[in-house]
Amino acid sequence: MRLAAEHVEWRVHGHRLLDDVSLTVASGETFGLVGPNGSGKTTLLRVLAGLRRPKVGRVLAAGRPMRAMKPHEIARAIAFVEQQADTLDRLEVRQAVALGRTPFLSPLRPWSARDDAIVTQALTDVDMLPLADRLWHTLSGGERQRVHIARALAQQPSALLLDEPTNHLDIRHQLSILRLVRQLPVTVVIALHDLDQAMDCDRIGIMDGGRLVAIGPPREVLTLDRLRRTFGVHADFLDDAVEGRQVLRFRHAL
Amino acid sequence: MMLAVAAAAPTRSARSARSAWHWCWLTPLLLFLAVMAGTAIGETSIPLDTILEVLANRLWGAEFPVDRIDAGIIWSYRLSRAILAACCGAGLALAGVVLQALLRNPLADPFLMGISAGASTGAVSVAILGLGAGSLTLSLGAFAGACLAFGLVVVLAHAAGSGTGGGRATQAAGAIILAGIAGSQLFNALTALIIAKSASAEQARGIMFWLMGNLSGVRWDDVALGLPAALAGLAICLWYRRALDAFTFGADSAASLGVPVRRVRGLLIAAMALVTAVMVSMVGAIGFVGLVIPHAMRFLVGSRHTRLVPASALAGAVFLIGSDILSRILVPGQVLPIGVVTALIGAPAFALILIRGARTR
Repeated sequence: MRLAAEHVEWRVHGHRLLDDVSLTVASGETFGLVGPNGSGKTTLLRVLAGLRRPKVGRVLAAGRPMRAMKPHEIARAIAFVEQQADTLDRLEVRQAVALGRTPFLSPLRPWSARDDAIVTQALTDVDMLPLADRLWHTLSGGERQRVHIARALAQQPSALLLDEPTNHLDIRHQLSILRLVRQLPVTVVIALHDLDQAMDCDRIGIMDGGRLVAIGPPREVLTLDRLRRTFGVHADFLDDAVEGRQVLRFRHAL
Repeated sequence: MMLAVAAAAPTRSARSARSAWHWCWLTPLLLFLAVMAGTAIGETSIPLDTILEVLANRLWGAEFPVDRIDAGIIWSYRLSRAILAACCGAGLALAGVVLQALLRNPLADPFLMGISAGASTGAVSVAILGLGAGSLTLSLGAFAGACLAFGLVVVLAHAAGSGTGGGRATQAAGAIILAGIAGSQLFNALTALIIAKSASAEQARGIMFWLMGNLSGVRWDDVALGLPAALAGLAICLWYRRALDAFTFGADSAASLGVPVRRVRGLLIAAMALVTAVMVSMVGAIGFVGLVIPHAMRFLVGSRHTRLVPASALAGAVFLIGSDILSRILVPGQVLPIGVVTALIGAPAFALILIRGARTR
């Protein structure tokens, strides 16, 4: 599904968190959002997910203005994995993932065997099926994050938005989640802190002070000059002989 | 009473459709037994067959010979009282379930929105200040006060919650809680002021009793109001059970799952406030039920509202009937305020469930 933002602005108490942001994410593309803390990545993801309705500018999902879509229509097309979402409820893993079926259910359209199958598939996709009966509060941070992603997958979305999903994960799960996300046949917009991981996206957008200052293939927009100006670090690209590509080596903060 | 429900509740692992079917006939049976117990037990015990005979006489025009005084006690006094106790227990427990789910706060209870404080102000305005010059009943005054307080809290929460940024839906929940606290404090102070300025010692004691909950003097008129309110509350909660589930990870997460958060939250809170106001205006502010029954039921049947909602309604109903029975027989010759009994019985029972729940983790 094509996802587009047109001249979006978002203000809080007169403070501009998003400033004239326009971007188009093509169907099936994996789009990375990078930028320093407070640059507006999370806010932009929320706007794209339909959780914020901007007064200035508009968001289009598959060409339709999101403002005209009902909440459950948006939720059937777009799933969003928040950076931190916790609960005190006594909840089993499978029940947490089953929440992803909410937009498809109504009092008149009850839970079915098909929903069960979708939930099981989502649990399998994130490697959490063996823990399906565990209680939420017994899970580690990484396991919780994988459950959130499974919940999003259970929405069977055409577009998946993820806000720094690898934050709490060990390196093995970081890599497996990123691989999973890239392989999904859906549009993905993913906010990332790790710039090396961002190098694997089809395209990336660099946020700085609420503006989208560069969009393009990672190697083209992540220039040493850009790293200095936006991220405030001095870095070099080194050759990775194994994969025949370049990796970032950060030297020091400026 | 609550522990009996606990023992019979299905375990976490047994979630077959069969156990759901069991509850379809167990629920009415439990309710019926509780109401029968509430009718039979009291200062004068009445045998069950007498009760059934009176019921048959009244409902189906059977003509069993029963003592007229017994018949009067059963039909006009105890049966209506037991049924209203069930309605109040169910209504308050449901309000607690909804508020705890929507506001993501384990301390939320039906009186969070200033309803009991407003009701007491309304009641003392009528009873002590003589507001309405005799045309208003205590119940009507309490209901008006409850609605007024709720309206004020909503306006305050709206003013405090608008214009905030990231995590807006989550911040709105915080604004509602704080507005509720402010509103409750204001109306409690007003009540205290009225009592201190104008009430005689006798009046003050009477109001005090009313505030802690009082089911005596319940008549069928009250049931005619309380039963529809409780049933409507139950229906609304069941209709929105999936939306309530979706709030598990907070309001923003619910929004991303396609729940129209503002509309659902506004509707559910207003409905539960209305149910609570109806109950409070009839029987006073019975504490503990709305706070603890939902927690107890979460331990026993889990957090999913498909089961939590009916379980809480049932447990609240049975619990309040049980508390009402105890309030009548605990001290011979005296009826204790039911709020005292709910807390005295409920607190240890809840402690047991907490400990048991901690072991199963």
